[in-house]
Amino acid sequence: MTQLALVIDLNVCVGCHACVTSCKEWNTSGTAGPMSDQNPYSADPSGTFFNRVQTFEVGTFPNTETVHFPKSCLHCEDPPCVPVCPTGASYKRKEDGIVLVDYDKCIACKYCSWACPYGARELDEQQKVMKKCTLCVDRIYDASMSERDRKPACVLACPTSARLYGDIHDPESVVSKAIREQGGYPLMPEWGTQPSNHYLPRRKTQIRIHDDELERADNPLVLDRQLPKPGKNDPTLDDATTW
Amino acid sequence: MHPAFSVIFLTTLIGAGQGLFLALFTAQSYAAFNLLPSPEPHGFYGVGSLIVLMLLVGGLIASFFHLGRPERAWRSATKWRTSWLSREVIVLPMFMGVVALYGGAHWFDLRPTLMILPSGLPVDPTAVLGVIGTILAFSLFVATGMIYAAIKFLREWASPLTVINYILLGGASGFSLAAAFAGFTAPELTSFLAGWAVIITLLGMVSRLASLYRNKRLKPKSTLQTAIGIKHPKIVQKTQGFMGGAFNTREFFHGQTTAVLRGVKWFFLIAAFPVPALLLLMGMGGNVPLLLSAFVIQYAGLLAERWFFFVQANHPQNLYYQSIA
Repeated sequence: MTQLALVIDLNVCVGCHACVTSCKEWNTSGTAGPMSDQNPYSADPSGTFFNRVQTFEVGTFPNTETVHFPKSCLHCEDPPCVPVCPTGASYKRKEDGIVLVDYDKCIACKYCSWACPYGARELDEQQKVMKKCTLCVDRIYDASMSERDRKPACVLACPTSARLYGDIHDPESVVSKAIREQGGYPLMPEWGTQPSNHYLPRRKTQIRIHDDELERADNPLVLDRQLPKPGKNDPTLDDATTW
Repeated sequence: MHPAFSVIFLTTLIGAGQGLFLALFTAQSYAAFNLLPSPEPHGFYGVGSLIVLMLLVGGLIASFFHLGRPERAWRSATKWRTSWLSREVIVLPMFMGVVALYGGAHWFDLRPTLMILPSGLPVDPTAVLGVIGTILAFSLFVATGMIYAAIKFLREWASPLTVINYILLGGASGFSLAAAFAGFTAPELTSFLAGWAVIITLLGMVSRLASLYRNKRLKPKSTLQTAIGIKHPKIVQKTQGFMGGAFNTREFFHGQTTAVLRGVKWFFLIAAFPVPALLLLMGMGGNVPLLLSAFVIQYAGLLAERWFFFVQANHPQNLYYQSIA
């Protein structure tokens, strides 16, 4: 069984909001109707968004870290928003695990938004239906696009590749490997919703320097090793001690 | 949560309607066993059922204001296997239909004896419809309460006390209304109905105080740490990602000061329970203005109670919307 999902790397997200704007652009232009805005250019603007980037400060000054935190529907494996829907407009697709809203069945009772602990669902004030991230379902299966374009708009827009996309049930997928090898975690695990989207934690950035990167061990002009060995801090011509 | 007046009126109006129906059928059952004098059926049961129907219809109309697409409301009956809201949508019209039949059977004297119980008690259609209506009234209370109690992370609601409160508070307002109504049509029943109204009102006060006590001691399970998955004791949101409004900042925040909350809480604790109980006791002998004011004050108190019920629920999504910039 497939479960498509995003893995978001908090270590490299720079908080540029490119995923927010590309999401809005793609999803407001689709056949399902626009993501409406109210008063977009005047006082008290408001609008429908599937994706937001928030910013948190962790720690006490001066030992703080700024964490940019993109937030969209997590496409839970056990989505609490689906069973509460009285009309069946909210559903989880069996074939790929995407949680969707059927805009033709939704009565906008907002019960699903109450039942989502993450606040992933929004009412479109113009279309009067509940909306949420579709994982760009109208894009990822579009055979008229090139293979590399069949990804969610936010993933393609991310300039730092902080957003990975794939099947988390396939152990060899890029997302499964990232979750496994870089400590991917779900949000609010206490409610048992089993979010499919995972987040990769901040990491200490380290670089490992091997000896042969500092010493030119293979210099063909030095055969006898008779000269005094230069210190590693001595000036060099090309950042590598010749020895 | 943001209190939606559509839902406040829906739950309080149908609660009073269900309670009034239960009061009517309680009186009929007592009368059937000769424990109470039988009232004049047209006025008491017939008109009483009409008032029940008016309350239910009023609640139903209020509920439509909660929907963005009311023209599709019929679709909400489809997912009764999983959704308590769907179950409520099914039970409410069923209950309305049974109440209409019950009132009609009384009004038109359609009371042929269907069978005789072993004890010699005749059973007529109104008794059968009354039993079915009673089951449906309780089912409707449970469905309405479970809509809220079933959301486990709204912890102020996720408790059996929510369902018990819906039953007791709806029952209390319904029996108060029944007592006042009996003052007009069946004065011989006022003391009986007012007595039960006082008992249910006091029981409702106990269970509502219990839920207030429980909610006061709740510790949030979700924190900013679990919300973004960073295990550090000090996390501050610097921006929620936008400076304008959004559904997330409107639907889940009440925007009231703690002073208003405290004021509303004390208002409903006084207006919904002790004051009507006192007025009911004073008007028990058949003082209609006192009984009527008991119901009106209690209903106003229950509106405030329902408002507070919504406002007190703290949705975990609010953790993500703490700071604009």
